Amino acid sequence: MQKFIVRRLLSVIPVLFVVSVVIFTLLKMVPGSPAATLLGDLATADDIAKLEEKMGLNRPLVEQYFIWIGNMFHGDFGISTAGGEPVASVVFSHVKPTISLALYALIIASVIAIPMGMLAAKNKGTGIDHGVTVLSLAGISLPSFLFGLFLMLIFAVKLHFFPVSGYVEISRGLWPHIKSLTLPAVALGFMNAALMMRMTRSAMLEVLGSDYIRMAKAKGVRNFVITTKHALRNSLVTIITMIGQSAVQMLAGAAVIESLFAIPGLGQLMVNSIGRRDYYVIQAIVLLIALFNVLINMLVDLLYGVADPRVRAT
Amino acid sequence: MLGTNGSEGAMTYTAAQNDLSLQKKKLAQEQFEIRLKKFTHNRASVFGLAVVTLVIVLAVFAPLIALHDPLAMNTADRLKGISAEHWFGTDNMGRDVFARVLYGARISLTVGFTVGLVSGFLGLVIGLYASTNKLADNILMRVCDGLKAIPSTLLAITMMAVLGADIKNVIISLIVVNIPNMARLARSQALVVKEQTYIEAMRCLGSSQKRILWAHIVPNILSPMIVQMTFVFASAIITEAALSFLGAGVPAPAPSWGNILKEGKDVIYTAWWMILFPGVFTALTVLGLNLLGDGVRDLMDPKSN
Repeated sequence: MQKFIVRRLLSVIPVLFVVSVVIFTLLKMVPGSPAATLLGDLATADDIAKLEEKMGLNRPLVEQYFIWIGNMFHGDFGISTAGGEPVASVVFSHVKPTISLALYALIIASVIAIPMGMLAAKNKGTGIDHGVTVLSLAGISLPSFLFGLFLMLIFAVKLHFFPVSGYVEISRGLWPHIKSLTLPAVALGFMNAALMMRMTRSAMLEVLGSDYIRMAKAKGVRNFVITTKHALRNSLVTIITMIGQSAVQMLAGAAVIESLFAIPGLGQLMVNSIGRRDYYVIQAIVLLIALFNVLINMLVDLLYGVADPRVRAT
Repeated sequence: MLGTNGSEGAMTYTAAQNDLSLQKKKLAQEQFEIRLKKFTHNRASVFGLAVVTLVIVLAVFAPLIALHDPLAMNTADRLKGISAEHWFGTDNMGRDVFARVLYGARISLTVGFTVGLVSGFLGLVIGLYASTNKLADNILMRVCDGLKAIPSTLLAITMMAVLGADIKNVIISLIVVNIPNMARLARSQALVVKEQTYIEAMRCLGSSQKRILWAHIVPNILSPMIVQMTFVFASAIITEAALSFLGAGVPAPAPSWGNILKEGKDVIYTAWWMILFPGVFTALTVLGLNLLGDGVRDLMDPKSN
């Protein structure tokens, strides 16, 4: 197990290296000098040259890359061109709503999708199964922002059950907080729920068709015990993967949903930063989410080892 | 082939071989017919095909079907509901939503098709190359891992932020975003096919690497690639709409579905038709492509017979 963990940890390094190179390259492709953007329209060529010198922008690209990486290890992600604040603090102040939203969406998706996927697998070929299949297809084909718009139109504009947009902080009460996040969370969770349903169904079907389940049935084990203890445990690897991937997808999908519902999280910050050409903020958010993605994938792989002893051996 | 040098033995041999290849052809034909029957019997795939065909027809003949110019503003007719004159109502600038949705299909289909085709082809080339060269494999696959570590929507948004909102840039960013998955698929499939006995036989016969790759491996990995391309087609339509919705996709006056939805969101209290119609078109097109993809997979996979 230890060897497995160490190997998995080491495999993260090349991925993060490539991610950083990709983001660095993208930043370098931005037209115009960041120094000029920071100083604004009134800056003279002399001022720009001085700041470029100070920021190390006139050094070779490889050197710039290492300075950039080194700064980030010290928590220095640059200065936001919009407000002049350090990027790290700007980004940090937008983290909370996104975490709330993603967590809520993840809970909605898992609570709906996993039992429904199991139910469909257990009743394969029946009306329940077809219903779940149709529902999951609908979820996959309906982009989350579109679903969000439909939800907004029906439940906020026409029925007034929920606020159309806006965000209420948790400090102002749990219920208003949940209410302000319900439509966005459902919109964000639906597509992932669809994928989860599909995969839980197929993973369960595979397990239910195996010899040891037939054996358990022959022994007279109750159906409930077979489903929850034998089948679920063995489809756990697939389910863990799905939840991990969904968590990442939700952070990414939050960009669109937060803009739609005016939630001041990372996604909205990123989209607003595009309009403001605030590239350092964009870079920091992408890097943060990529890092989160890599860590989640690693955690998922490690959990495999816990859920399924066969994985540890390979 | 063994010669047709005129001797009787060789003639019979060729005749027998011709007969055999004829039989093979017939068998392949029959198998294809069986699969086609299976495809047409699957209501879901037929529905998918019908929807996609319909959207293509509407997009191609948009100038004949739509009665209005999608860009023609008419301030007197702002935000008018459904009528005989404006089937899908008008938008906040008095433009005909029906015309805009039809012309929007052109944009979505162009983006989706180009992205599917080009990312499929480039992914194929990269995957094939990776499957033949260990060093290249290591480097290319690490790059793919790195690109995949950034969620595709975010990578697309970032690229659009850097490149600037433009339909050409939307296509470029979506191609870049989709190549890693395509390359991984092509590589894994190529690695499996490479180990088959017939490839080994070709190698023993002295076939060149290039010939083995393009004449023998490619045809054998093409079907999963094509299936994947239909899914990329669908997801590219979604991402393009999302990018345009965020204002980072196709620039404003152009009637992209994402743009119509973005403008519709601002008038959500008064003009539900600006959200419903482009929304339904987007969802149905993507659904159609997904169903079609499933159908094509069953059609091309010999194992599913």
